[in-house]
Amino acid sequence: MLVIIDYKVGNLTSVQKMLKKVGCSDAVISSDPEVIVKASKLVLPGVGHFDYGMKQLKLSGLIDVLNTQVVEHKIPILGICLGAQLLTRGSEEGSEKGLGWIEADTILFDQSKFDQKLKIPHMGWSNVNFNSDIPLFKDMPLASRFYFVHKYHMVCDEGADNLVSAKYGYKFAAGIGKNNIIGVQFHPEKSHKFGMQLMRNFITYY
Amino acid sequence: MRRIRVIPILLIQKGGLVKSINFKNHNYIGDPINAVKIFNDKEVDEIAIIDISATKENREPNISQISEIAGEAFMPLSYGGGITTLNQVKTILYEGAEKVILNTSALDNLRLVTQIAEQFGSQSAVVSIDVKKDWLGKYRVYRNNGKKKTSFAPETFAKKVEEAGAGEIILMSIDRDGTYKGFDLELMKNVSDAVNIPVVAVGGASQLNDFVEVVNVGGASAVAAGSLFVYASEQRGVMINYPKQARLMNAIFEKII
Repeated sequence: MLVIIDYKVGNLTSVQKMLKKVGCSDAVISSDPEVIVKASKLVLPGVGHFDYGMKQLKLSGLIDVLNTQVVEHKIPILGICLGAQLLTRGSEEGSEKGLGWIEADTILFDQSKFDQKLKIPHMGWSNVNFNSDIPLFKDMPLASRFYFVHKYHMVCDEGADNLVSAKYGYKFAAGIGKNNIIGVQFHPEKSHKFGMQLMRNFITYY
Repeated sequence: MRRIRVIPILLIQKGGLVKSINFKNHNYIGDPINAVKIFNDKEVDEIAIIDISATKENREPNISQISEIAGEAFMPLSYGGGITTLNQVKTILYEGAEKVILNTSALDNLRLVTQIAEQFGSQSAVVSIDVKKDWLGKYRVYRNNGKKKTSFAPETFAKKVEEAGAGEIILMSIDRDGTYKGFDLELMKNVSDAVNIPVVAVGGASQLNDFVEVVNVGGASAVAAGSLFVYASEQRGVMINYPKQARLMNAIFEKII
């Protein structure tokens, strides 16, 4: 069973709809620790403010069960958008500590480093670069592109944890990961066949 | 080279897909669900759907239709028409839309924009602004599907909605709607210069190069069109269409500065 973690932040139905489309018929949306503990895979979606997201996660009482399942029992988890940023130690957007499962931080786009005049948020499609040896990107169509909506982006301590990159004004980490823990800044559930392939890979290889 | 969002904008009237000229003479195009399926197969960047009869009929958004559409749309989807409460917004986003579009509600109750931004993030709060030149030749914001003039200059109202927390503005030129005369670059520039949030230009697109122009000259962040994507040509024979990636790349993205 795959559980989409419901901590009242953002739109979960479209994630579920896409998972079902790619053949994951047992994807459920839940905020119940007893359901989450039985999951063989987890998805942590989310949109909005970093501190709001962390506070909601705490309020939902799920931090302990997530720590146990993800860190100790190595249950695969895919963070999406804010859900990916929450995997980092913290964000310039707020003062709450993140889950800190990946040695990375979340920072505001530095417009002074942009090589062209662009507005933030970065809202739209971007091509991505990835290492196709990583199972998450297996059989990914050429010139893959994904849909992004964000003002902040992730930065890893170790280059090896930066699984996929994109460019907006400059190159940034579009996805980070270590072992069973993965986070993508973009929205696979809104990214046509590219997102479908990524979701399919997550349910197949993790 | 820069990617911009190229968005088909679809109008729904009494459950069917329609296309207007100058916000009048609505021509029946077909079934909206079917159109969304085709656009999904064509891998469009994003899709905007506006039910133009909801407010007129004093009706709530058609949630079952939205749900059905969202089930076919594996791309960003924004929905507008008849939205007056936060609860409706919650339901529409839950059903799988990415953003909601407010028009009448933004004029009558700007606080709703703020509430949406606070609760769901500004990226989900889009305001569409319909603009026409009045008899003095001044740009004015119009309401009720372009029938009633307001006292707002478009830049003034755009700033107000930005301050209220909107994440994006869809700026429609009523005078250019469905005319294939190209975008109103002056209007688009006036508004784009006045705000920091993305402005999506709509009204008048006749060819892909119009999109290049309205970004490079008009300052728009994204572009949308109706007729261009639902008709085969200016003769207005119905044909749902959208350029392939390679064509978008050559004809638009590579020319964006």
